[in-house]
Amino acid sequence: MKQKDPPISVALKQAMKSIRMRMLRQFATAFGVLLGIAFYASVRTSLALSESDPEAVEGAVKLRWLVFLSLLMCLVGITNAMLMSVTERYKEIGTFKCLGATNSFIVKVFFLEALLIGVLSSTAGAFLGFGIMVAVRVFTDGASSLSALGSGSLPILLSAIGIGTLITILAAILPAIQAARMPAAAALRVEV
Amino acid sequence: MEASRALESELIVRTRGVKKTYHLGDEVVHALRGVSLDVQRGEYVSIMGPSGSGKSTLFNMVGGLDKPTEGSVYINEVDIAQLSPPELAYLRNRTIGYIFQTFNLIQVRTALENVTLPMLFAGLSADEADEKGFLLLESVGLGERLHHRPTELSGGQQQRVAIARALANDPAIILADEPTGNLDLKTGKEIIDLLRKLNEEMGVTIISATHDLKMLDVSDRIVYVRDGEIAKIETRAELDLQIGEVEGIGEEKW
Ligand SMILES: Nc1ncnc2c1ncn2[C@@H]1O[C@H](COP(=O)(O)OP(=O)(O)OP(=O)(O)O)[C@@H](O)[C@H]1O
Ligand SMILES: [Mg+2]
Repeated sequence: MKQKDPPISVALKQAMKSIRMRMLRQFATAFGVLLGIAFYASVRTSLALSESDPEAVEGAVKLRWLVFLSLLMCLVGITNAMLMSVTERYKEIGTFKCLGATNSFIVKVFFLEALLIGVLSSTAGAFLGFGIMVAVRVFTDGASSLSALGSGSLPILLSAIGIGTLITILAAILPAIQAARMPAAAALRVEV
Repeated sequence: MEASRALESELIVRTRGVKKTYHLGDEVVHALRGVSLDVQRGEYVSIMGPSGSGKSTLFNMVGGLDKPTEGSVYINEVDIAQLSPPELAYLRNRTIGYIFQTFNLIQVRTALENVTLPMLFAGLSADEADEKGFLLLESVGLGERLHHRPTELSGGQQQRVAIARALANDPAIILADEPTGNLDLKTGKEIIDLLRKLNEEMGVTIISATHDLKMLDVSDRIVYVRDGEIAKIETRAELDLQIGEVEGIGEEKW
């Protein structure tokens, strides 16, 4: 007989409890995502704002590099945070397996946790980075200078949220799959 | 032939030549060196042995938590090495209940939630699970502690939750690895009595690794493990004969 997964609500409840009970830990993870994405969104925003400005073209090349660097920073920071949060929970993963959880249930829990944290912190980060750049621009050059942004703000915000969420999920789910696949005895032995 | 088959079906756990070897760099550790053990349905078996003798390793093999390097483990005459991961999950969920020295409760969930998780995995609705979980926690004396999290419970209480959780899907076997190892004398005694009661009243087969001499009193059989091998098996009848010497068993035999 094969074990079937319980309704998704069971995994969702576990994910939410896990976030709530590990508030401090999860806050640190979320903050890492938020900072990375805020940096990315701010670089993208200032790039968009300076696009129509011929004097800034040279600076724009530098800024494109910064976009790349900011993404790299996001990736490293988020991966590190998520990797830690999975590793800390090997024993819990082993226990879940003893209770009859399938590998896919375990991965689902980590997926949902990462999805919730990823969406919330990337959204906050995107608006923070975008907002700061816009505010600085309005303060220095007046509100009219924002016209350069045109319809560019939506893609910036969406891409920041999308990238942040995607990295967070990937960074959590790859180690979670690996942990779920290892023999339960090995997972149970890990003491952190 | 008929008779022997009928007898066989009463063997709920069978291990045949189970070996487990760990490699730590260049060093090779023979945790189990060929263990063959039969456990009857409804038996209470204690596995005794000094630290490092292979009790936990055997526990892992029998519980389908790890695979033997060589040899086979049969649960209800099914070779568990042949099971796919979802089939193993099914076995862990319905056939076996696990109890650990360190309790291993899910820290972020309440006592009741810990007990109901295996039921939700088995497909029960949340209401059915809550109802049964409440009855189970009540039966281990924790009817008042349903919504406490593990950190808000004493060791003995946590172990009771773990026992209630192990019973969630009416398993045929309870596997316990030093269930009293982290408890004081009195609490340990209570846990042992609880296990004995389950064994007698519900017919659950209990296999428990232990250092605890109090376990001897309640076991049908005691399997002495030493250095990865079965050194000796003693039945309750044999034990009763030498009851006067029971004190000595713990020290002398190893
Ligand atoms: N994952 C592992 N990797 C390497 N060696 C291991 C591993 N697990 C167990 N061992 C070794 O196998 C032997 C048996 O260990 P096991 O944990 O089964 O003993 P035990 O009888 O349960 O001891 P204790 O009473 O202290 O719990 C020991 O020498 C131990 O060091
Ligand atoms: Mg042990």
